Amino acid sequence: MIRADHIIKSFDGRIVLNDITAEFTPGITNLIIGQSGSGKTVLLKSLVGLHKIDSGNIFYNDICFNTLPFAQMKAIRKEVGMLFQGGALLDSSNVEENVRLPLDLFTNMPMDEKRDRVNFCLKRVNLGNVNHLYPAELSGGMIKRVAIARAIVLNPKYLFCDEPNSGLDPMTSVLIDNLIQEITQEYNITTIINTHDMNSVMEIGEHIIFIYKGEKWWEGTKHDILHTDNQELNDFVFASAMAKRAKAAEQQ
Amino acid sequence: MKKLFEYIGRYFILMGKVFSKPEKRTIYWQRILVEMQALGLSSIGIVAIISVFMGAVITIQMALNFESPFIPQYLIGYAARESMLLEFSSTIVALILAGKVGSNIASEIGTMRITEQIDALEIMGVNSASYLILPKIISTVIFFPFLTTLSMGIGIAGGYVLCILTGAVNPDAYITGIRYDFKPFYITYSLIKSSVFAFVITSISGFFGYYANGNSLEVGRASTQAVVISSIAILIFNLILTQLLLM
Ligand SMILES: Nc1ncnc2c1ncn2[C@@H]1O[C@H](COP(=O)(O)OP(=O)(O)O)[C@@H](O)[C@H]1O
Ligand SMILES: [Mg+2]
Repeated sequence: MIRADHIIKSFDGRIVLNDITAEFTPGITNLIIGQSGSGKTVLLKSLVGLHKIDSGNIFYNDICFNTLPFAQMKAIRKEVGMLFQGGALLDSSNVEENVRLPLDLFTNMPMDEKRDRVNFCLKRVNLGNVNHLYPAELSGGMIKRVAIARAIVLNPKYLFCDEPNSGLDPMTSVLIDNLIQEITQEYNITTIINTHDMNSVMEIGEHIIFIYKGEKWWEGTKHDILHTDNQELNDFVFASAMAKRAKAAEQQ
Repeated sequence: MKKLFEYIGRYFILMGKVFSKPEKRTIYWQRILVEMQALGLSSIGIVAIISVFMGAVITIQMALNFESPFIPQYLIGYAARESMLLEFSSTIVALILAGKVGSNIASEIGTMRITEQIDALEIMGVNSASYLILPKIISTVIFFPFLTTLSMGIGIAGGYVLCILTGAVNPDAYITGIRYDFKPFYITYSLIKSSVFAFVITSISGFFGYYANGNSLEVGRASTQAVVISSIAILIFNLILTQLLLM
């Protein structure tokens, strides 16, 4: 469980996150949605401590994360997996080395065992025979999947995904979304996903937080989202043809 | 001016992070070997080519300057050797490497920054500054003195080849010259400079890359700044070290 308690974040005096309070429970897919520039990435990076927040608190279970000394923060980070928007694989390492890096750094497993674990995770994201390819040789969807494999290799308790299907074709997007949802349920992970894609929202939106200009504007599930009278949320939701059709179908 | 101090402050904070205790040493050894290859071995070619030509050119210039019946020819070889040993093989080679290695480091680390690879390392609990920059510093500080030594040998040989090919100087006199009044400390001096320059280039370029943000334009800018600032720093440290070691 992760809880944000009145967090505020600004850059050079410009407020980007304004008083956000939210709770994210394990085992379900928590979505943060909003337009580009609304502050989703900043929120996610603040939750993992890549950005230092101005005020408020962030709790991991009952531990106040943002005030922890660096060493203890690092201990928690070993339980965190993060999927970055562009994948963020290390260009100078091949797929196997990328996925293995967390094991190299934090375990004393023998090489065979590490290889097994890497192959298990790659198989979990439906990738085979790519161990010796470099990121430059992979497609966008494969990069995302390798990044997921790397994020789950240490069995994280917390998984953060920044726009996991941006830049992917619709079919691959659905695969990635479902994959994240499956992993979340399978290992009871606290998963937080940033997205501006209504397809994802309708597919895996078990708990949704809508961010508008840095503020939490609405909270609910994919079942409520078509029936809200919140103007800004409606504008966001029904900008997509898919949501319009879903609503029309319901009304028939 | 305020900005300059801000930069210097952030540079030292970054160096503090770079030299904090590494989490797992074995990983660092592998990275040091990789970097030796990428930053050191791959520079042998350019250093060799520049040195052979500079050795030849310096010999021609000395021959022109010393064209007088009262000056013995061996002094040409002597002067060429002193130029190579004292200044060329350390400082000029370092300036050239600042261009090659500095821009390489700044653009590599800068790209890692803007594509969130550095964030990814941080999330894994890695001290990214140390993981990325320390192996580069160690490998260049160890390897640049080899490049300098190589440059001395090849440069002096270049002068000799010129003597044979053009006859501008009597080759025997040249050999006598390069053995005349040899001070081994000049080599030590040069190697010390070379190690310091390696540190200057790698740490400054790492700094500009690490704090790049934005897009490819910013990475390009970081890479240019890395080369310009490390070149200036090399010249300043050259002055300081020469004052300290030779006066
Ligand atoms: N490192 C930064 N420095 C200054 N401003 C930033 C930084 N990162 C993000 N911002 C600003 O914060 C706002 C929200 O950005 P972001 O969280 O990336 O939006 P998105 O919802 O598209 O992920 C934007 O206006 C952006 O300009
Ligand atoms: Mg974003």
